[in-house]
Amino acid sequence: MSAAPAYNEDKGGSAGPGEPEYGHDPASGGIFSSDYKRHDDLKAMLDTNKDSLKLEAMKRIVAMIARGKNASDLFPAVVKNVACKNIEVKKLVYVYLVRYAEEQQDLALLSISTFQRGLKDPNQLIRASALRVLSSIRVPIIVPIMMLAIKEAASDMSPYVRKTAAHAIPKLYSLDSDQKDQLIEVIEKLLADKTTLVAGSVVMAFEEVCPERIDLIHKNYRKLCNLLIDVEEWGQVVIISMLTRYARTQFLSPTQNESLLEENSEKAFYGSEEDEAKGPGSEEAASTALPARKPYVMDPDHRLLLRNTKPLLQSRSAAVVMAVAQLYFHLAPKAEVGVIAKALVRLLRSHSEVQYVVLQNVATMSIKRRGMFEPYLKSFYIRSTDPTQIKILKLEVLTNLANETNIPTVLREFQTYIRSMDKDFVAATIQAIGRCATNIGRVRDTCLNGLVQLLSNRDELVVAESVVVIKKLLQMQPAQHGEIIKHLAKLTDNIQVPMARASILWLIGEYCEHVPRIAPDVLRKMAKSFTAEEDIVKLQVINLAAKLYLTNSKQTKLLTQYVLSLAKYDQNYDIRDRARFTRQLIVPSEQGGALSRHAKKLFLAPKPAPVLESSFKDRDHFQLGSLSHLLNAKATGYQELPDWPEEAPDPSVRNVEVPEWTKCSNREKRKEKEKPFYSDSEGESGPTESADSDPESESESESKSSSESGSGESSSESDNEDQEEDEEKGRTSESEQSEEEGKKKKMKKRKKVPEGQEGGLSSDEGSDSSSSSSESEMTSETEEEQVEPASWRKKTPPSSKSAPAAKEVSLLDLEDFTPASVQPVSPPTVMSTSLAADLEGLTLTDSPLVPSLLSPVSGAGRQELLHRVAGEGLAVDYTFSRQPFSGDPHMVSVHIHFSNSSDTPIKALHLGTPKLPPGISIQEFPEIESLAPGESATVVMGINFCDSTQAANFQLCTQTRQFYVSIQPPVGELMAPVFLSENEFKKEQAKLTGMNEITEKLTLPDTCRSDHVVVQKVTATANLGRVPCGTSDEYRFAGRTLTSGSLVLLTLDARPTGAAQLTVNSEKMVIGTMLVKDVVQALTQ
Amino acid sequence: MEEVTAATQRKMIHSLFLINCSGDIFLEKHWKSVVSQSVCDYFFEAQEKAADVENVPPVISTPHHYLISIYRDKLFFVSVIQTEVPPLFVIEFLHRVADTFQDYFGECSEAAIKDNVVIVYELLEEMLDNGFPLATESNILKELIKPPTILRSVVNSITGSSNVGDTLPTGQLSNIPWRRAGVKYTNNEAYFDVVEEIDAIIDKSGSTVFAEIQGVIDACIKLSGMPDLSLSFMNPRLLDDVSFHPCIRFKRWESERVLSFIPPDGNFRLISYRVSSQNLVAIPVYVKHSISFKENSSCGRFDITIGPKQNMGKTIEGITVTVHMPKVVLNMNLTPTQGSYTFDPVTKVLTWDVGKITPQKLPSLKGLVNLQSGAPKPEENPSLNIQFKIQQLAISGLKVNRLDMYGEKYKPFKGVKYVTKAGKFQDNQYQLGS
Repeated sequence: MSAAPAYNEDKGGSAGPGEPEYGHDPASGGIFSSDYKRHDDLKAMLDTNKDSLKLEAMKRIVAMIARGKNASDLFPAVVKNVACKNIEVKKLVYVYLVRYAEEQQDLALLSISTFQRGLKDPNQLIRASALRVLSSIRVPIIVPIMMLAIKEAASDMSPYVRKTAAHAIPKLYSLDSDQKDQLIEVIEKLLADKTTLVAGSVVMAFEEVCPERIDLIHKNYRKLCNLLIDVEEWGQVVIISMLTRYARTQFLSPTQNESLLEENSEKAFYGSEEDEAKGPGSEEAASTALPARKPYVMDPDHRLLLRNTKPLLQSRSAAVVMAVAQLYFHLAPKAEVGVIAKALVRLLRSHSEVQYVVLQNVATMSIKRRGMFEPYLKSFYIRSTDPTQIKILKLEVLTNLANETNIPTVLREFQTYIRSMDKDFVAATIQAIGRCATNIGRVRDTCLNGLVQLLSNRDELVVAESVVVIKKLLQMQPAQHGEIIKHLAKLTDNIQVPMARASILWLIGEYCEHVPRIAPDVLRKMAKSFTAEEDIVKLQVINLAAKLYLTNSKQTKLLTQYVLSLAKYDQNYDIRDRARFTRQLIVPSEQGGALSRHAKKLFLAPKPAPVLESSFKDRDHFQLGSLSHLLNAKATGYQELPDWPEEAPDPSVRNVEVPEWTKCSNREKRKEKEKPFYSDSEGESGPTESADSDPESESESESKSSSESGSGESSSESDNEDQEEDEEKGRTSESEQSEEEGKKKKMKKRKKVPEGQEGGLSSDEGSDSSSSSSESEMTSETEEEQVEPASWRKKTPPSSKSAPAAKEVSLLDLEDFTPASVQPVSPPTVMSTSLAADLEGLTLTDSPLVPSLLSPVSGAGRQELLHRVAGEGLAVDYTFSRQPFSGDPHMVSVHIHFSNSSDTPIKALHLGTPKLPPGISIQEFPEIESLAPGESATVVMGINFCDSTQAANFQLCTQTRQFYVSIQPPVGELMAPVFLSENEFKKEQAKLTGMNEITEKLTLPDTCRSDHVVVQKVTATANLGRVPCGTSDEYRFAGRTLTSGSLVLLTLDARPTGAAQLTVNSEKMVIGTMLVKDVVQALTQ
Repeated sequence: MEEVTAATQRKMIHSLFLINCSGDIFLEKHWKSVVSQSVCDYFFEAQEKAADVENVPPVISTPHHYLISIYRDKLFFVSVIQTEVPPLFVIEFLHRVADTFQDYFGECSEAAIKDNVVIVYELLEEMLDNGFPLATESNILKELIKPPTILRSVVNSITGSSNVGDTLPTGQLSNIPWRRAGVKYTNNEAYFDVVEEIDAIIDKSGSTVFAEIQGVIDACIKLSGMPDLSLSFMNPRLLDDVSFHPCIRFKRWESERVLSFIPPDGNFRLISYRVSSQNLVAIPVYVKHSISFKENSSCGRFDITIGPKQNMGKTIEGITVTVHMPKVVLNMNLTPTQGSYTFDPVTKVLTWDVGKITPQKLPSLKGLVNLQSGAPKPEENPSLNIQFKIQQLAISGLKVNRLDMYGEKYKPFKGVKYVTKAGKFQDNQYQLGS
């Protein structure tokens, strides 16, 4: 193309010289269209001062390029306009330059200075586009300039420019691979970038330039995992596939002791259901029952990856869904892979190309993990409108999914398919039936019968295919099927398809003793038509002849000799060869060859039945979703998915250094901190092992178990991360027993702490709150990164249960040192590996909306905000105090009760940056500096729920951890009592009728008919004030919603019989409706 | 791990060729060095082998390249790949390109692309940089390159101004890359279309083999500023499997089943969903049909009747029945009681445009089928595909509860429309014989 002569307009044939260019503007076109061919007009236009003419010329040139025509002779004229002021002209000139610069390197250099100037432009758009074009000009001489430009752009203020820099890296690399080392430096720098805009592009550059430098990823691993959901779709695909590879090199296989794990998780699961009842006894039993094998503990980072990619299964992009699916397939424990099935099935509704690719992958997966897709069997049913290639793939999947239970349904479907008009598809269906028959013994006879019936089909292709499949099936149990073989023998007269004829002949030869009378006759017929047969049939005729000669030489000797003589002079040398070979073997010669004595053994040896296998078997050694997998061949540039390592590499490499100043500020607090270092996972499972080299804390934490102190010095990084991990371990090894004890303690404490007061800590908090809040702001970024890993850490499967001995030692140690703390006994089996349980812990919207009626004064009773287990010893409850919140009258005052049931002080308890639905706001409580073990504290915070029962989600932060929690107010807490007279009440009520009035009839139970009880129940449910009332059977209550101040009037008309009518009048209809529901529930219970 | 040599140019998409149905390459774009058009010969070869456009394999391996193609609106988008890349990545991108053309020109046709070849080229330039997708969100692209309108092309030709934006699209820098900044409308409107499709396979006895409801919510949002919307449903639990536009906050959905999002400007697909398969799917129509051939005769009888069934009191309209008749059918002589029918003797497709069903008189189509003389009577079963539409109804019962807007002061006009359609609705006929 590039060497083509300049004026080859007619290239491609279809574009005649007279044909007008389609790119031109109808308004000004026509004038030049007749003689543009010589390009002089274009040159003239480009030389004018008028932008409109230049633009017109450029548009036509671009149209030429689009058509694949050569416009290279215009290069000098075009390149002059690179500095044109008009941005569109400029843009089109760029398009031209990128296309032709390689061919006209000298001239292209003229434009470089313009781009260099552009790189310094204050407008980020111009900087980015200058870099884009500069890096796209493939002229080796400018490599140093490009390198410089990329380096500069990589530290540009604008993330957009940095993104462009990332894009430029592979361009430069392909131009000059010697720059690799320098480019890796730039990549390293950009990998540290925190914006989502850059992340995808730089990983793409990484994959193209230095995919082997996995070490560059370590420090960015957690960040990439956490950013992933916000990266644009294309970037997500690239990052996910890179992380898949990364995980395969850094973590241990989750399936290595699958059986062990499954057993564990099952026990753990039940444990969590009835943990109270079982107690530590069963726990020990479970742990002792396990063999003393090295247990598998999933690296928290591995878990992080799985957790953060899971939501992406709901991406609209098929590529992202597939990327996550392959990640789960290759990385997730068996029990969790199932989640991808639903998403993949959804993609089957997409474009047919997408279906094609997805089905290929599903076919591979369904061989390995059949159970995963079984529930979706019907989604793979074939429609007559599907393209054949899709039909055949669906058939493949259906066949893979068929099992003992669903085979009747599957076969019924297949029956329909056989009548399809699409013959290729019918043939494939017959093959599929054959495969089902071989795989599922129960239906073999049914299938065989069905196939035999197909032999009378009018379509020869169908018959032929059936014969081939029947042959394979018969081979499995020939004895019972003499009849079928006879039937087949008859078919030789009609069937012309060579493969089918060959199959029949082979069958007859192989089982000639079952059809002793027919076989010689078939041979006779075949001998007659031998010369006209296809090669493949001829070979089988020879075969049949030889076998018959050996078993029934009396009848067939002459026929055999005849066939062999014919074959001897055949055109095909294979056949001649076979004939010679056969003759030597079966016909005893004078020499009395040793072989001929064994001829029978050779020809009629029992042959193993063929295995009908999916063509997708073993395709999973290619990474799913890859081009190589699709083609079932290694594509250029395909990188093998590495095998899991035997031993996990050091996980601490992924720890991220925390800025120095944070460390300092934490140091004081840390000193006092007694850390529980009795984790049993320590020392034996690399991934969760961590080290703390902070000398101060080390000296303080003598209570550490011996195993921990051994690993103390290995890492130079001492930061929060480590502490988190340590605490984590402490938590994981918390025991059932400790939980129970903790509960009792908490109960006691609750009694001690007067409600509505802030415990004894309030004075300290005040002084500390300002500094801590500023700290939380400044560290927010790093915290973002750390929180996630921290919060999922609690989901690590119950770490090793196999080392009870070691654990007990550490227990004793610990008891000595921290007598006050709860006793750690063994890892809680409560923490099951079950994902559902994990998630529950994560979202923490587990505060049930059932208002407890114990303490009407403070509204709904205590609700749990954070369970002791999920909070790693920190238990948090909340109550609605119903006191006006001092800061803001619109806010609901919520008392938060913290209690520390762990055995280390919890420090710096404060509120993290809340992510709130619009309208909702939170007044934070002052930070609690430290909460000693066993202590509890109460603080007040205000939440403006904006008159809705939307949950306020926020984070509770400790020094080391963040917990996502949410408070959802019962509707009754969204209001405050007002005091109205009876008349006022009636007046207001009259205004709020119609839509604003909600009425509900109910029957009051016997227990709920006294004045006292009714009033108590109503006020317990809703924060309303009683309104005096003349009639004795009527109760009235009034309140205003906190945010908007709308009146809420509640009337209960209770007859002595128990029948009652509840009426709520309020502008806020939603509140009214919910209130009615709640009150009715409270009254009737 | 093997060292990647410089020789392997790892890049995603090397070149793109647009090919029309008659096999003309009418547009080519290269993102790096030029790949000769002759590479498309492999594609043509595969196309010939496949016979049917639908059966061209999306991925073709050639000695030096891989071709990944999609077929959209009678056009092939053929991309040239040199190295390993997830095929879906490319397919997804090509569809995104086609969607963008559709969005810009109203249709994705050869004529539209040829008419706007410069814009097409500029779009391709922006969408892909060095083979890797750069800007694919419609809101950003529209800021970079203005879509053509009649008015603008007239104005441009007079003033010489351009279609190209000269400021950086702000979206690239914010957290919400899908929404352009500075949106202003005098009438603020937000419309949602809940469109549900029933996919079903029904066997000869009229029982449902497989039925499923697939739905989408398409939005047309014309709101000024940066509105933050939350859309809630009366019965969100119906939605079994949902895929989201990137603008939707996943966490909110997980915890509260509320769709909370800052919308892109203009038209977009908010979610697509599948209704959980536990719910029984109401099938709104039934079809009774028979086809029979007389022995030793080149004639047969054909009969279809359609009736309503579980239509929730709404009118079923826009009914079309398509039947692929066996190859031996020569012609059909039918009389519809309603609507009109066509039979294409080449493709053997019978199309009956029924229109509305009135329960008083059920539409039917009866008549004779002429076969090729001497040909054996067909064994294949023609299957029926049915299309229909029910306005004002989401068959799953999904209902939008409310739409709240935060972040902006004005009161938008809100609207929700429900439509149920037949998706892949197929009625298999097995019964044959005289």
